[in-house]
Amino acid sequence: MLIKVRSASQASENEVTPRGLFLSRRSIIAGGAAALALGGTGVAPGPALAAPFQAPLTISPKDPKLDAQTPMKSATSYNNFYEFGTDKTDPSENAGTLRTRPWEIAVDGEAGKPTTFGIEDLLSFPLEERVYRLRCVEGWSMVIPWVGFPLAELLKRVDPTGNAKYVAFQTLADRSQMPGLKYPVLQWPYVEGLRMDEAMHPLTILAVGMYGETLPNQNGAPVRLVVPWKYGFKSIKSIVRITLTQDQPPTSWNRSQPREYGFYSNVNPEVDHPRWSQATERRVGEFSRRKTLPFNGYGEEVASLYAGMDLRKNY
Amino acid sequence: MAAASKGPVARALAARWAKPLVFALGLAPLGWMVWLGVSGGLGAEPVAEAVRQSGLWALRLLLVALAVTPLRILTGQAGLARFRRMIGLFAFFYALLHVSVYVGVDQFFDWAAVWKDVVKRPYITVGMGAFVILTALAATSTNGMVRRLGGRRWKALHKAVFVAGAAGCVHYVMLVKGWQYPPFVYAAILLGLIALRYAKSPAAGRLSPSYRT
Repeated sequence: MLIKVRSASQASENEVTPRGLFLSRRSIIAGGAAALALGGTGVAPGPALAAPFQAPLTISPKDPKLDAQTPMKSATSYNNFYEFGTDKTDPSENAGTLRTRPWEIAVDGEAGKPTTFGIEDLLSFPLEERVYRLRCVEGWSMVIPWVGFPLAELLKRVDPTGNAKYVAFQTLADRSQMPGLKYPVLQWPYVEGLRMDEAMHPLTILAVGMYGETLPNQNGAPVRLVVPWKYGFKSIKSIVRITLTQDQPPTSWNRSQPREYGFYSNVNPEVDHPRWSQATERRVGEFSRRKTLPFNGYGEEVASLYAGMDLRKNY
Repeated sequence: MAAASKGPVARALAARWAKPLVFALGLAPLGWMVWLGVSGGLGAEPVAEAVRQSGLWALRLLLVALAVTPLRILTGQAGLARFRRMIGLFAFFYALLHVSVYVGVDQFFDWAAVWKDVVKRPYITVGMGAFVILTALAATSTNGMVRRLGGRRWKALHKAVFVAGAAGCVHYVMLVKGWQYPPFVYAAILLGLIALRYAKSPAAGRLSPSYRT
């Protein structure tokens, strides 16, 4: 696995860089980027975030005019989180019943050191802000400043074995907290998966906050995945379990409609969903549609992961 | 039936204000949508929500229009019949709004993209089929058209409203993600309304020939 070697080396590069130097380098980048992209937007830690987070914009859109941040109100009131109902406003109306403390993620499977992380442990990872485009398979998109840390940092702690080829994720499924579970919209619990190299990619993060604040329940509190080059449904919410596996794990939408939703589900304007075109999208809050970019505009960073693969087949 | 036709309900149905009232009720969903649009109530994606709401109201009013005749039979209120055309035309009005917002706002008159959708996306093909039928029925809804076509042919043509209703329900079933029940509620109501027309209760059996023709 050439790819795996590459991503492992990427990760260790972060490790060997002295932390102070690493941070100062990033804050220099951030200073410029913040002035350019954020203007006066406060990136101060929200009061409810347990740990302070540095503000460096490790990844931010290159053109702030083209990728203006979506208003927080839109990002927190227009959600697909079927555990709380299928209407876009259902999650913001119903997710108040979700109890995010205490919270644990069990990380197990092909791991040398299977570990259960409490939410406090997760918040103790060095948090950073990432401004990412989010493209929903339904043809709308947003630009969201997430607060989180690379998933790779978490996975390295459990010491993946050589058999760990995939990562499986699972959302909480508790009827007493999630009224949408009454309906068999999907097979519950919601599950997702990534290939190991996708999971270890530096763009892939676990988010615990957005817009400088603690992650709202409707957005997948207390901790969710964000994989910006894939359709939004891959970015699984309210995670309770992460399992390293040897075989490709089942994913909820693929199980529901295998012809429509593949395992990879990379944003691809060339490959239509059978029911709707993926050529264009509407940025939430804008009037007209815009062209959808391959890999949601992150091709430079991630296209190499799929070198030699037929992306029409591996949709 | 004679007794019923002289009751307060029958008198209300025959009243001069009854039609304007139904007309106002038919416009109410539009008023509600405009209000939502102005007040921000259509949410973060107002275009998508306008498409959704107008489509839902088209289907709802189509079912209401199809319920008029069974309701007339069941209640013996012959006066209900005079509202059927108006309700049917309102169903067409919301379908027109639905298609207009999709073509004109969502796709911004990108006719090539719309045509691609119509031929490539089965749920849009089916929905567009329903819209074409409703357009034909609306265009032939005037008294003059009934005369020109002749009652028998006109009735045969307007039976297509059931096809439009079924296509509308199928369109809805096909467009939702995962297994969701609301579209099936609409489909069940439509099936119920069709079944009612063939119900063999003594009263309905006696009356049904009059509206089956």
